[in-house]
Amino acid sequence: MSLLIDILISGLISGSMLALLAIGFSLIFGVARIVNIAHTAFYMVAAYCIYFVTARLTIHPLWAMGIAVILVTGLGMISYQIFINPIREHHGAVLIATIALAMAFQEVMSLMFTGTFLSVPSLVKGYLIVLGVKVFYQQLITFCVALFAIGALWFFLMRTKLGLAIRSTSQDREVANLMGINESRVALITMGVSVGLAAFTGAMVVPLTVLEPHMWTHPLIMMMAVVVLGGLGSLKGSFLGAYILGFAEALVVFLAPMGAFLKGSVALSIMILVLLIRPEGLFGIAFEEER
Amino acid sequence: MDLILFYFRKLLTILKNEVLVLPYRIAVLLFFFILLFLPLWMEDPYLLRILTLTSIFAILAASWDLLSGFTGQMNFGHALFFGVGAYGAALLNKYAGIPPWGTIPLGALTAVLAGLIIGIPCLRLRGTYLALTTLAFPIILLGLVFALPGLTGGELGISGITRLAKSRITSYYIAVVVMLGLCTTMWKITDSKTGIIFHAIREDELAVRASGINTTRYKLLAFSLSGFFAGISGGLYAHFMRVAGPSTLEVSLSFQVVIWAVFGGIATIYGPVGGVFLLFPLMEVLRFWQDYRILMFACIVLFTLLYMPDGLFRWLREKTEKECPRCKIRNVAFRDACRICTAPLD
Repeated sequence: MSLLIDILISGLISGSMLALLAIGFSLIFGVARIVNIAHTAFYMVAAYCIYFVTARLTIHPLWAMGIAVILVTGLGMISYQIFINPIREHHGAVLIATIALAMAFQEVMSLMFTGTFLSVPSLVKGYLIVLGVKVFYQQLITFCVALFAIGALWFFLMRTKLGLAIRSTSQDREVANLMGINESRVALITMGVSVGLAAFTGAMVVPLTVLEPHMWTHPLIMMMAVVVLGGLGSLKGSFLGAYILGFAEALVVFLAPMGAFLKGSVALSIMILVLLIRPEGLFGIAFEEER
Repeated sequence: MDLILFYFRKLLTILKNEVLVLPYRIAVLLFFFILLFLPLWMEDPYLLRILTLTSIFAILAASWDLLSGFTGQMNFGHALFFGVGAYGAALLNKYAGIPPWGTIPLGALTAVLAGLIIGIPCLRLRGTYLALTTLAFPIILLGLVFALPGLTGGELGISGITRLAKSRITSYYIAVVVMLGLCTTMWKITDSKTGIIFHAIREDELAVRASGINTTRYKLLAFSLSGFFAGISGGLYAHFMRVAGPSTLEVSLSFQVVIWAVFGGIATIYGPVGGVFLLFPLMEVLRFWQDYRILMFACIVLFTLLYMPDGLFRWLREKTEKECPRCKIRNVAFRDACRICTAPLD
């Protein structure tokens, strides 16, 4: 029974983290057709930012979260304008530009904070005992905040004018341009939203993980698997896919022997199995250029 | 005797009229000569080692280009072929005792098998889906490698493999000659009818299918050819380093291949080879500033791409050559009239 709760908590938390990351990744892919490898690097930068503000400047973690999200969003928009926007028509070049960006961030962080493992104290101390299992308040907060963020994002995309512009640009860039939507500005704003989401995820997850400059690679792979599993450009798909893979990982870690090594393998195998049956993912949308 | 003289004169004519008229052909010729004759006056073991590794990775980058550049099947998991080749060669060498000249081709055949296994499910996927899915395969295999430490050596890999050759210079020559041979083969493949079909599949798969060509077969062919060449480079790497470790399957290697190839210019073969020969030694030069090495590398790649998004070597070629508007033959940029049909060049 206690094992079940452990699996549930671990699955819910990694699922909501992956959902937030995947939604951001799939937003910028939908609008600007950018496969942003640096997406989780922004998540890492935000996590380090919080460490810096709380541990070195000793400012309250709540403020630190705000500062981190704003700073990283700015960083994302600036690097988009400088490095990605001028070469957006060349897909291969954009791809390796984002890889190079991610490498650069990783190196800057390891130069500034060295490669050692760091940790950030949790926002609220203490725990709750549910059926003999410790459930830390921090875990509950992370989960609730993630759900709230997904809800807010859904509202933003479905109910506001800017959200409508983003959705229509991702459906058909040219027609959206003809309808008077400033496509390049929408792309910039989407980049901001997407990086902001990554930063927010980083901010939420940081008390539960250890900080190190390579912490962006595993989430990157899982996030890509989620996006492919759920279908590119589909919010519902990313949401569902994230929980499927999150739970798959948790199940393998807790139940299988050598689980920690195999967790990535099993989750990715699930993704491939689903793709064999449905090549466009669970809720895939056909994009205009792909036929 | 006359026949030999005839062929010699023919060779000279070709050299004079076809090779020496274009700067990039001269560059390729020089590249061959320098690589083949370098050990005659440079016997620095460090330099030879770097060049051997560079040649091995050049095969890998060119094989990525064959699959992803030409056929457009974006492969983010190219390390899979490299790793399977390396582990295949290492296992065959260690447990079956086969010498390197046998294990490297056999390892490459295992990589072909891997290419077919991932190629068949991936045929249904396109573009970004394909790219993100192929990323998964080496990671799955890496998980298995760590989970079966008895067979694969886990974290440490398989060590104690036979040396590629007795001396450093022999290993250098094996790697360089294999690299030059395979890259020429790949270039010939992409220049043949099959290569044109590969090009066409990238541009418009539906149109190719409408022309009565079985695109599935050609895509699988591209997967297995690319897997074969990458597998050979993996086997060479395992025998040269005398260890086949998890680093051959890592995501960073897959990304590195993409960086080399796109930096040099995709769909050219010479681009990725040149990219490796610039960037890999560059990483070694940057060792002087050990801490800033990867940061500087990333910045160099970023800023080069800003000005040459098509790749460095494509950019260079565009600047030094122009195409005759009438007969479509390439000329040096400073010529006023085409060298074949004397049409004025603009």
